[in-house]
Amino acid sequence: MTDPSSDDRKRLSIYLMAGPETPELAEAAVAGGADLLEIGFPFSDPLADGPVIRLAGERALARGMRTAACLACLAETRARVDVPLIPMTYASILEGYGYERFWGDAKSAGATSLIVADLPVEAEPELPRVQLVAPTTPDERIRLAAERTDGWLYLVSLTGTTGARETESSQLAGLVRRARAVTDVPLLAGFGISTPEQAAGAAALADGVVVGSRAVEIADEEGARALREYVASLRSALSTPAGASATS
Amino acid sequence: MASTYGTYGGRYVPETLIPALDELGAAWQAALGDGGFRAELDELARSYAGRPTPLTPAERFSPSKRLYLKREDLLHTGAHKLNNALGQAVLARRLGKRRIVAETGAGQHGVATATVCARFGLECVVYMGSEDMRRQKPNVERMGLLGAEVRPVEFGTRTLKEATSEAIRDWITNVETTHYLIGSCVGPAPYPAIVRELQAVIGREARSQILEAEGRLPDAVVACVGGGSNAIGMFAGFVDDAEVDLIGVEAAGAASLGTGRTGVLHGSRSSVLADEDGQIADAHSISAGLDYPGVGPEHAFLRDSGRARYVGTTDDEALAAFRRLTRTEGIIPALEPSHALARVDDLDAELIVVCLSGRGDKDLAEVLAR
Repeated sequence: MTDPSSDDRKRLSIYLMAGPETPELAEAAVAGGADLLEIGFPFSDPLADGPVIRLAGERALARGMRTAACLACLAETRARVDVPLIPMTYASILEGYGYERFWGDAKSAGATSLIVADLPVEAEPELPRVQLVAPTTPDERIRLAAERTDGWLYLVSLTGTTGARETESSQLAGLVRRARAVTDVPLLAGFGISTPEQAAGAAALADGVVVGSRAVEIADEEGARALREYVASLRSALSTPAGASATS
Repeated sequence: MASTYGTYGGRYVPETLIPALDELGAAWQAALGDGGFRAELDELARSYAGRPTPLTPAERFSPSKRLYLKREDLLHTGAHKLNNALGQAVLARRLGKRRIVAETGAGQHGVATATVCARFGLECVVYMGSEDMRRQKPNVERMGLLGAEVRPVEFGTRTLKEATSEAIRDWITNVETTHYLIGSCVGPAPYPAIVRELQAVIGREARSQILEAEGRLPDAVVACVGGGSNAIGMFAGFVDDAEVDLIGVEAAGAASLGTGRTGVLHGSRSSVLADEDGQIADAHSISAGLDYPGVGPEHAFLRDSGRARYVGTTDDEALAAFRRLTRTEGIIPALEPSHALARVDDLDAELIVVCLSGRGDKDLAEVLAR
């Protein structure tokens, strides 16, 4: 696995909701050019999520995607792809399963880290995870999150929940600038990024992007082949020289 | 100010909100140290809300006990919710926030919030489950008259749990301009502590009133517990009096403390109705105000420490107590405190104070349909 900071290649992370089709979808996303995958472990009350991922989570739970099934899904996905795999979930899931036990079992199933959307940086310091910072996060908290984060920092590019937006975030540039001033860890921007143009715009500022809701929607409505093409379109936009996309 | 209660409480929210919670906590501390804030709240309580509320003896309801009712049903808007809404509205003004979001179940907190927003000229958005809007139409109309925008929440249980999630999502999106006026002693720190302090007026008044009336402290104080704000306010007045039993009464089908497990819901770690995977379960109660799968973290702590005891009341027992108070005392209680009234006869106590947290007008359709 390539260290995201080792070259100029912009990183592309794709979020998929855990489900029976996830291993196949993961393979398609990687074939399309995803560098890492986040696997959503659904929670009944996901505060950080907009309608697309919330509804995908409801459907996944209705199909029995509880923690044990999600871990099995993770292991099956790991058997199909070599990229980093990161379960993304909420604290209540870890509370129910046990924090240490969750990380142990997730790691055994092939997870390389975790993202817990509602676990602040101060809580559970022993739990390895990618930390999130937002436009509202003050500099000293960005520094703390960067110190504690596992590999890269997840920039929440706007004040809001997950989901596609029509326009690019005006808050991302300032957040990237503030983060760069306090840390050298790679910065991946997510929330509100769905089109290749938005991805290119965000990647011109950060070291890569996370795309969730639109990928979940395409995977759900059109299947693996369409997901592969969509991810390839994002990959292609990220491969455009940064200067060119930044001016668009 | 406490941010945790034993292992309960905390701030389990997306990072976007953490700075706003820091700001809120700092503003609250500053307000507590500011005599002007206290004076403004006291004046509003007296001249606008109708405090102090009376302590009424209820001899015919329970002839074998000496029972007193703390009459929060007589507060403006008809429930204890206004104590909290007024305090937080004054706080929001100090924060420079002109837009308020809130969640509501039965509509009592929504009405209290719409009321204070009208009083202070603040923009008000209330999230309410579409199922609750259908069941509580008069309160939806009251909020509209008061100038609030009621936004239906059309997913999940279509009740208070989803309305709360949606209010928090609105706050995440509009955090720079908006204050989230949470309705109970739940949510991320510092909310449980703020709501407790704003509701503690119930217990302070009740303590001095019972001393005045009886010359001694009660054997027990009793209050219903959904999220737990009227109970935590009542208990606050007596928690340091070791000889006074503190008894919280949950709806049997929504007993977060009685049958729940440790989990995380709406920003805090507490006792919640959840399965072993941490997925939140649905609550069931005739009383929309108790129909919530979580509870304030301080209650979970008081339960574990043994300082307070929590028991359950069924829908039928609550309905019986509702009718009995109506016929014996000429007071129509809300269904929520009817749960507390239903347990009075069982208590091994003679002198008892029950928090009558709200009036029953909103529940007439529900009761008459039975």
